[in-house]
Amino acid sequence: MISEYGHFALALALACAVLQAIVPLTGVALARGSWMDFGNHAARWQFFLLGFAFLGLAQAFLAHDYGLVYVAQNSNSALPWYYRLSAVWGAHEGSLLLWVLVLAGWAAAVSLRSRSLPRDIAAVVMGVMGLVSTAFLLFLIITSNPFLRRWPAAQDGADLNPLLQDVGLIVHPPLLYMGYVGFSVPFAFAIAALVRGRMTPAWARWARPWTLAAWVFLTLGIALGSFWAYYELGWGGWWFWDPVENASFMPWLLGTALIHSLVVSEKRGSFKNWTVLLAIGTFALSLLGTFLVRSGVLTSVHAFATDPARGIFILAILGSLVGGALLLYAWRGPSALAGSSYGLVSRESFLLANSLLLTVATLTVLIGTLYPLVLDALSLGKISVGPPYFNLAFGLVMVPLVVVMGLGQFARWKEDSLGRLAQALSRFALAAGLLGGLAIAVLSPNEWGTTLGGVLLALWLVASTAAGVWARIRERQHRWRALFTLPRAFVGQCLAHLGFTVTLAGVVLTSSQSADLHTRLAPGDSVELGQYTVQFESLRDYQGPNYRATRGTFHITTTGGERHTLMPEKRFYQVRNMAMTEAGIEPGFTRDLYISLGEPLGDDGAWSVRLHIKAFVRWLWLGALMMACGGVLAMSALTVRKRREAPQAALASTLP
Amino acid sequence: MTPRRRRMLTIGLLIAGMALATGLILQAFEQNLMYFYSPADIAAGKAPPDRDFRIGGMVVEGSVQRDPQSLAVTFELTDYQHQTTVQYTGILPDLFREGQGIVAHGRLDAAGQFKAREVLAKHDENYMPPEVAASLKKAPPGVRP
Repeated sequence: MISEYGHFALALALACAVLQAIVPLTGVALARGSWMDFGNHAARWQFFLLGFAFLGLAQAFLAHDYGLVYVAQNSNSALPWYYRLSAVWGAHEGSLLLWVLVLAGWAAAVSLRSRSLPRDIAAVVMGVMGLVSTAFLLFLIITSNPFLRRWPAAQDGADLNPLLQDVGLIVHPPLLYMGYVGFSVPFAFAIAALVRGRMTPAWARWARPWTLAAWVFLTLGIALGSFWAYYELGWGGWWFWDPVENASFMPWLLGTALIHSLVVSEKRGSFKNWTVLLAIGTFALSLLGTFLVRSGVLTSVHAFATDPARGIFILAILGSLVGGALLLYAWRGPSALAGSSYGLVSRESFLLANSLLLTVATLTVLIGTLYPLVLDALSLGKISVGPPYFNLAFGLVMVPLVVVMGLGQFARWKEDSLGRLAQALSRFALAAGLLGGLAIAVLSPNEWGTTLGGVLLALWLVASTAAGVWARIRERQHRWRALFTLPRAFVGQCLAHLGFTVTLAGVVLTSSQSADLHTRLAPGDSVELGQYTVQFESLRDYQGPNYRATRGTFHITTTGGERHTLMPEKRFYQVRNMAMTEAGIEPGFTRDLYISLGEPLGDDGAWSVRLHIKAFVRWLWLGALMMACGGVLAMSALTVRKRREAPQAALASTLP
Repeated sequence: MTPRRRRMLTIGLLIAGMALATGLILQAFEQNLMYFYSPADIAAGKAPPDRDFRIGGMVVEGSVQRDPQSLAVTFELTDYQHQTTVQYTGILPDLFREGQGIVAHGRLDAAGQFKAREVLAKHDENYMPPEVAASLKKAPPGVRP
C-alpha cells in the first residue's frame, strides 16, 4: 500500500521539478524576486517527495511485495534484509530512482546554502537543475517505472543478481551517483554564468566546494568499484578498461581538470571560458556514462534490460542538455574571455598544460570506448578495443602529466623562472632519484623499464611536494610548529597529490611485481609460488541463506615462519542458477595473497585453482582514499573561508 | 634568442610532441582492435590467420573435453551452420556451460583450431553476447534451437 503512495509522490515530484525549472527562470527573465526564490522551495519539496517515493520502494522490498514487477524481478524471500534493501538500486528502475533522488538532494543542498549567492544566479542554478530533473523524471516514469504492478502478484521473486549480493554494492552505486550527479551543480553554475554574462572570481569560489564534493564522491565510488571487482569477480583483476568503468572514469578525469581550472579562475581570474567548457564537458560525460550504462548498448553487470526506447530517451536528454549548453556557450562565452595575463613559466601555464593533458587522456578513453559502439551502430562490423591500447595511450599521457604536475604544484603564480625551479627542486629530485634506484635494486622487478619509470615519477611527485612544504616552513622560526599549522587548503592539496602518487606507485608495482599461478590441485596437494608454499587442505560443503557453497581450506606458509589460512568459496545460487566465486584474501600493506576456486575437475576431488600474489595492490585504493581526504580538506577550507567573509564581500571581491 | 623565438620554439616542440604521441596512440589503437567472427565466417576463410580476434557461439552439448593432468580443455563452438574447435588452457568462467553462448579471444592455429587466450561467459543464464545473438540470427530457420 505504501508503494502506491510512493508512486503518487513520484508524480508529484515531477510536477515540482517542472515548476522548479519554469518559475525561477521566468522570474529571471521578468526580474521578479519572489519568482526567482521559488526554485529553492520547489527543490526542497522535490527532494522530500522523491525521498518518500524511495522509502516506499524500499518498504516494498522489505515487506516482500511481489505485486510490484520490479520487486518480483530483483528480490526473493530467501534474500537477507540488507540485500533486499540494496536491491532497491540493484537494477535499472530502482537505480534510476536513486539517480533522481540524488539529483534532488544536490539541488536541495544548493538551495540551503544559496544565501550568499546573488538571487539571479541562484535562480538560474535552480532552474537548470529543475530542467535536468524534469528530463530524468519523465524518463523514469515513462520508460522505467519501478512502481508498475503485476496481476496476480508473483509467488516469489526471481532473486537479486548474485554478483550484486555483496556489501560493496550497498555503498558503491550511491557513492558513484553522488559523484556523477553532483557534477550537475557546476554545470548549472556554468549555465548561470553564461546566461547572466558574469564570470567573476566569486563565481568560481561558489562553484568550487560543490565541484570538489562531487569529485570526492566519484573518486570513492570508482575506487570502491575497483575494489569490489577485485574481490568479488574472483580473478584478481582490479581494472579492466571495461566500457562501464570507462564511463565513470571519463567524468573523473575531466572533473579533475575542472577542479584545477576553477582554482585558476578564482585566484587569477583566468581560464574562465575553459572552466565553463570543462564544467559542461564533465556533466556531459556523466550523462554519457548514464546513457552507456542504462541504454543497453553495452552488455555488462551494469546493463540490465535491453530496451531501445530507453537508449533513445537518454540520448535525447543528453543531446538537448549538452547541445543547448554548448550553443549557449558559443553565443555568450567569448564576451567573458578577459583574464589576467601570465608568463610562459608560471603555475597558470603548468595547470593549463595539465588540464589539456587530462582532456587528451579523456579523449583517448572516449575513442576506445565509443569507436566500437559507433562502428556497430553503423553496421560496419563488430570490434572491441583491447586493454593494451588503453594502457599504452593512457600511460603516454600520464608521463608528461606527472612531470608537469610536479612543476606546477611548486611554481609561482603569474611568473616564475626555470632557473629558480631547477635550483629549488634539484636537491629533492636528486634524493628521489637515489631512493628510486635503491627501491629498484630491492624490488628487482621483471619489467625493468616501466617499473623504474613509474617509481621515479612517483618519487618526483613526493620530492616536489616535500619541496613545497619546505619552502613554506624554512623561513619560519619554529619549523615544526609551522608544519602543523600549514593552511588547510594547502594540506589538502598535498594529501590529494600524495594520494595520486600512492595510486600511481600501486598501479606500476602491482602490474610489474605480482605473480600468479593457475593450476590443478586436489586436497592434500601443495604447490610453490614465489617464497610461499600453498597447501590445499580440505573441502567442505555448506548451505547459505539462498545458496549452496563449497569452501576450501588452504594453508600458506613461508620459510620465514609466516602462516596464513585462506578459505575461498564457490557458491551456487539456486534461484538464478548461477555460480559465484568468493576469493580468499589475506591482505597486507606490501602484498595480498589471493586464492580463488575455479571448478571441480575430476573424480579425485581436484579443482582448478587461481593463486595470486598481488604486490602493493592495496596502494591503489589507499591512494584513492588519500585523494578523497585531500578533497574534503580543501573543501572544508573553502567553506570556512566563505563563512568568514561577509556575503557582500564575496560579491565585490576583486583580483589580488 | 628573443622571447618571441623562444616561444615559437616551445610551441613547435609541443606540437611535435603531440603529433608523436597521437601517432603512437593511433598505432596502438590499430593494433588492439579485435574483430568478431562466427564459426561460419571462419569456415568461409574470412578470419585473419595472423592476428587476434574474437569468436562467439554456443558451446556444443557433450563436446567439452578436459585433459586429466592439466587445465587444458577443448570444446566445439557452433553458430548452427558450422563448428570451430576451441582450445584453452586455464580456468573457465563461472557461467561456462554446455549449451551456453560464449565469446573467446585468441587466434587460429595452423590446423584451423582456435587457440583461446581468454574465454568469457557473462552474468546470467539467459544472457547471450550480442555478437552471438546476431550471428545466430543468420542461421537458416529450422536449425535454430
